Amino acid sequence: MEAAAEPGTIAYYLDLLRIGDQGWGDELLAGLLLTLQLALCSVALGLVFGLAGAAAKVSSAWPLRALGGAYTTTIRGIPELLTLFLIYYGLQYAIQALFGLFGGSGPVAVNGFAAGVVALSLVFGAYATEVFRGAILAVPRGQMEAARALGMARSVAVRRILVPQMWRFALPGLGNLWLVLIKDTSLVSVIAFSELMRQTDVARRVTKEPFFFFAVACLGYLAITGISTLVLGWAERRAGRGVRRA
Amino acid sequence: MDFDLLQRYGPALLRGLLVTLEIVGLSLAIGGLLAIPLALARTSAVPLLRWPALAYIFFFRGTPLLAQTFLIYYGAGQFAQELRATSVDLGLFSVGLWDIFGQAYWCAIITFSLNTAAYTAEILRGGIQGVAGGEIEAARALGMSRGLILRRVVLPGAYRIALPAYGNEIILMVKGSAIASVITIYDLMGETKLAFSRSFDFAIYLYAAVIYFLLTWTITLAWARLEDWTNPQRRPPPDK
Repeated sequence: MEAAAEPGTIAYYLDLLRIGDQGWGDELLAGLLLTLQLALCSVALGLVFGLAGAAAKVSSAWPLRALGGAYTTTIRGIPELLTLFLIYYGLQYAIQALFGLFGGSGPVAVNGFAAGVVALSLVFGAYATEVFRGAILAVPRGQMEAARALGMARSVAVRRILVPQMWRFALPGLGNLWLVLIKDTSLVSVIAFSELMRQTDVARRVTKEPFFFFAVACLGYLAITGISTLVLGWAERRAGRGVRRA
Repeated sequence: MDFDLLQRYGPALLRGLLVTLEIVGLSLAIGGLLAIPLALARTSAVPLLRWPALAYIFFFRGTPLLAQTFLIYYGAGQFAQELRATSVDLGLFSVGLWDIFGQAYWCAIITFSLNTAAYTAEILRGGIQGVAGGEIEAARALGMSRGLILRRVVLPGAYRIALPAYGNEIILMVKGSAIASVITIYDLMGETKLAFSRSFDFAIYLYAAVIYFLLTWTITLAWARLEDWTNPQRRPPPDK
């Protein structure tokens, strides 16, 4: 084994980030990958919640509107960390109770990834509901009326006329929510799921170099949010390519 | 409703609520003060002022609040020796840096202040750039100095424009403050976790959710009143 570099030197810090048994590079990258997986699964499920929520909120049936309103107001009114705990322990109790019905017993442990995805997508969905609702309202009413007058079924008109156009209005809002979501994934570390923040925490416990490792973690998040901003800018330009600019 | 549970842990939750209010109030006050020079630097034509402000805002808006909290709280622990040896002379009294950075409570307030300063600066920037150019030209034509224009025309206009977005920022800060519980602070979230670890009663989390919800809801309502009050021209006409 080669001589370890003197603490405090650049070589020492580079050694700390090495891939393999000696360094923490591979652990941090694995954490970053899980962070991305968590965010991607949450955004997929969150978009479904958001679309359903928006459909409920612009619906003509008042019970649906009330339900959509209750969903967005409660989720947006409580801390994300608390939502995560509510889902994490709530799922455990729910599943335990369900097992109890069938005569099962004993403690149930909920997978951190599953609880994280459910909580994060509920939060994403609540805010996305408002974004989609605004986007639906931004498409001129005459468009839908014209489609209906041409004899399109409601479902066809929604698919062909409403959705392609509302996407352009929704993209900037959704982009912001995605950036918020990336940052919120760090919260899942508190229920011991080994995404980037958790792996960083393990590394700082072992190495006693908290400042360095948390700074590295911050760079990891900045890399994701930075790249996302570029991609979102491209997507917005693409979605707006049929629109005349003044 | 389980009144026994409420009786046993209710006072602790309310104590936690007070800590939450303290942390949020102090952070918003300090962060708000920091945001004004930051926003001015961000909109400055001088690159030496603009670039550092841009970098600061990019960092604090691009990384999770939890990571920032850990960076400052655990990071300070790493430099304990240096911090213990340093104190700041404030004229009347001097404060040892370790008396501040050695405490989770102040670490949380420092982190939250720096964080909210970045978001508030961007909100203020939107407000400053939203002030109609004609108003500034008119002020200049009247012979007002730059400082006077800033104080009498730009900032009052910017605050009105920025008010709705700042209301959202307050709500986000209240919700974000739950992160303080992760670094051993017994705010509302911290007291809730403690109560849950003692009682194993899931309902305690629901009570906490209700308290947080009532808090954010009250702020939303109060903020709507404040917006009406500062923008008399936007008020609905009185009923006859």
